[in-house]
Amino acid sequence: MIKEKAAQLLREGKVARVLGWEAGEFAYDLTPAYFETEEELKNLVYNEYSGANLSKYLIAASKMEGVTLALLKPCDTLSFNQLLNEHRINREKVYVLGVGCKGMKDQNGELLLKCKCCKGKEFKAFDEVIDDEECRNVPESDRFEEVRRIEAMSAEERFAFWRNELSKCIRCNACRNVCPACSCIKCVFDNPKSGVAAKANTDDFEENMFHIIRAYHVAGRCTDCGECSRVCPQGIPLHLLNRKFIKDINELYGEYQAGEDPEARGPLTNYTQGDAEPSVVRERSGE
Amino acid sequence: MQKIGVFVCWCGSNIAATVDVKAVAEAMKSEPNVVFATDYQYMCSEGGQKMIQDAIQEYGLNGVVVCSCSPRMHENTFRKTAERAGLNPYMVEIANIREHCSWIHKDMEVATQKAIQLAKAAVAKVRKNAPLTSGTSPVIKRALVIGGGIAGIQTALDVADAGYDVDIVEKSPTIGGRMAQLDKTFPTLDCAACILTPKMVDAAQSEKIDILAYSEVEKVSGFVGNFTVQIRKKARYVDPLKCTGCGECTEKCPSRKGKNEFNMGLDNRGAIYIPFAQAIPKLAVIDPTQCIKLKTGKCGICQKVCSAGAINYEQKDEIIERQYGAIVVATGFKPISLEKFDEYAYAQSQDVVTSLEFERIMNAAGPTKGQLVRPSDGKHPHEIVFIQCVGSRDTSGCGKPYCSKICCMYTAKHAMLVREKYPDVNVHVFYIDVRTPGKNFDEFYRRAVEQYGVDYIKGMVGKVAPIEDGKLLVQGSDLIANEQVKIEADMVVLAAAIEPDPSARSIATMLTASMDTNDFFTEAHPKLRPVESPTAGIFLSGMAQGPKDIPETVAQAGAAASKVIGLLAKDHLVTNPCVASSDELLCNGCSQCEKVCPYGAISYIEKEVRGPGVREVKRIAQVNPAVCQGCGACTVTCPSGAMDLKGFTNSQIMAEVDALCK
Repeated sequence: MIKEKAAQLLREGKVARVLGWEAGEFAYDLTPAYFETEEELKNLVYNEYSGANLSKYLIAASKMEGVTLALLKPCDTLSFNQLLNEHRINREKVYVLGVGCKGMKDQNGELLLKCKCCKGKEFKAFDEVIDDEECRNVPESDRFEEVRRIEAMSAEERFAFWRNELSKCIRCNACRNVCPACSCIKCVFDNPKSGVAAKANTDDFEENMFHIIRAYHVAGRCTDCGECSRVCPQGIPLHLLNRKFIKDINELYGEYQAGEDPEARGPLTNYTQGDAEPSVVRERSGE
Repeated sequence: MQKIGVFVCWCGSNIAATVDVKAVAEAMKSEPNVVFATDYQYMCSEGGQKMIQDAIQEYGLNGVVVCSCSPRMHENTFRKTAERAGLNPYMVEIANIREHCSWIHKDMEVATQKAIQLAKAAVAKVRKNAPLTSGTSPVIKRALVIGGGIAGIQTALDVADAGYDVDIVEKSPTIGGRMAQLDKTFPTLDCAACILTPKMVDAAQSEKIDILAYSEVEKVSGFVGNFTVQIRKKARYVDPLKCTGCGECTEKCPSRKGKNEFNMGLDNRGAIYIPFAQAIPKLAVIDPTQCIKLKTGKCGICQKVCSAGAINYEQKDEIIERQYGAIVVATGFKPISLEKFDEYAYAQSQDVVTSLEFERIMNAAGPTKGQLVRPSDGKHPHEIVFIQCVGSRDTSGCGKPYCSKICCMYTAKHAMLVREKYPDVNVHVFYIDVRTPGKNFDEFYRRAVEQYGVDYIKGMVGKVAPIEDGKLLVQGSDLIANEQVKIEADMVVLAAAIEPDPSARSIATMLTASMDTNDFFTEAHPKLRPVESPTAGIFLSGMAQGPKDIPETVAQAGAAASKVIGLLAKDHLVTNPCVASSDELLCNGCSQCEKVCPYGAISYIEKEVRGPGVREVKRIAQVNPAVCQGCGACTVTCPSGAMDLKGFTNSQIMAEVDALCK
């Protein structure tokens, strides 16, 4: 059905290309790909291994000739909206075909981390949706459980936990490259003038700083799409850094889901009269 | 070739007693680009400044680091020093080795090491400094006073007296504030209305003062000298040009359930009302929560009886926008809610009242026409107990940790007035301490005790319980006699702690003016700049800044006015050249900086950008340097580092951090 719809739109000239997934070497490693003809479309695959969030590709696609048809799962549309909010995607250059999702799997056939705490089956942005009843069944979950466990640690334990996790980093930049919030034209870590990049190999703590700085840069904009942890070849639970920020934001400024509303002002870039101020923070934390 | 000079100040013994200043100067001599380093007893003195000037000229310095006190104290002094020697003033950096070092450390060795680190960081920063030039911005010669109590009125009168226009925005229907509710004022016992109302009339009659009563500040933008303020004029449902203040409508209004705010809710008023006889402006106002016509569409009696035809049920809130050079916060106070003090039976008995309610009972224009009677049955009381510090100096969490400052004196006043008027009434006062610093204050209190025979009991009250005959059993302890005291009282008066008016918080947010943990506005300096907020162009008057009595409030109001006048007397302000700018090539166009900018200085444009291998039209941020105040919010929000702040560039800060971490 998805292929038929895409082929039809290509045929009608409404879209110039289709952004989806094609088969990789193994069954589980589907790869994001563009399809420009009906012939190419035969290679389009959408199944339980289509976990990759395609929103970020639309920044580049926005600059191409013609409209790009993008296959977005419900959670991907949050990232899409967030990028719209940041003026990185031209909405008119994208045709969003919402595709239903029953939970995505990793190479071991297990449910992806992000799917264990599914953020809902509602499409926050779409031009058309193809799904069925079964796709709307969302399991109950507590996505902050792990964050609370780390919060409960002593400062020393927590430091040791993160040092251990982050020391595995080989600095492949996969997390940064896949992250829809990490969309700077030039990343501060690639800009010698920023003064950050120059410190690349000074000591082993630097990798730690990379992830911490990255978490700060995406704070308030991260939709918790979980791609960072999904792509990390070292299995570092990077999404926990982001979730800690999300949890704090929720507690200090009220529940907020980045990308829920493309017009929203994120709590960290807004100033309201109810904002947490020193005295308020103390009240809310109950000290 | 950079030539940097380092000047280490002893600040007498303030720095030199804890930091080895000679060692700091010596260590700096080996820093790259440092060609001169020395120490001196007082760098800010004429001699010290001369030393800097001479060194700039002799060594051709193009960067100066002064290791001294906080830049808030003397950065400007040393910038001017450099300027006199022909150096751009922004080539001076301060290493704060006093507040950040000597004052907070005891160990000389450690403090000296830290001072050297701080000095190194400042040298690292000054190496990347660039000369900057200030511009100017015009000053709008009009002031806004928020709050129309005695503080706001006095400030407005003084500013107007100097020839400047000033607007008073007051949220209630009349100016006058808390002072208008008071009966007598200590320590002279003159009637509050008699001394306040002439000032209210002066304000109303002044050509320079525009009173915007029943109005609230809605939005503030801009900066010192150039604020734009939106003010909501709430609908009175009465035409101010037609209403004569005759009061006919207020008498005929059939709705009688509205609590009379002026009498602290001790009696009711009509839905249409005039707050009190001397109200300014003397205009009726309809309370839409009580008005039968507005709620149900039926009634309309006030419209029928109004011979001036002033009633207009269709009136809507109106938003006006005005420009100001300075803003004064005079938002005042209120007594705290006594919900958490159940032990005093405030909610259970009408005869337990707060001091402000007692003021109304004693006032000739109050609900009892000044007759001292019990609110419950209108009978004359014979035993009255006053309890002080109800919620003041309370660290239990129920009340406020601070002393409300005015309660000792007004309680002495109340006790004295009761004894004066009704010698048959016994008056007891429970107190923790009696605090009476102030001119003629202690004499006043002694008169209450010695001349009027008020029974002062040092100790706290544990419980007030209603008993039979409508009496109140007050159980307390007398700490001096070391015994429990039980008094069967007819009335109990609670000296409730005061707190800032709740409207202050939203005003602080709009003004970006800081508050302390009790929601009092903070001063730019608690001793040396007590009437200025740390936010430029915002001044503080009265209780909004902290507890104070009327004489102090009036003095502070005058002081705030003099600061406003000082600002408005200038035609131009020298602007801060430390403003932000955006690197077009790095800018993502994400609008985050625009959202955080409190001054509206950032806008977005589509522009063709050219760089190495780049040529495209894209959305980029642009900073209006005339509006930017250099707060730096945009630079820390920008994820790509495109936004940078002159004088505090990312690379300067990084250089400082690097120097500290080496």
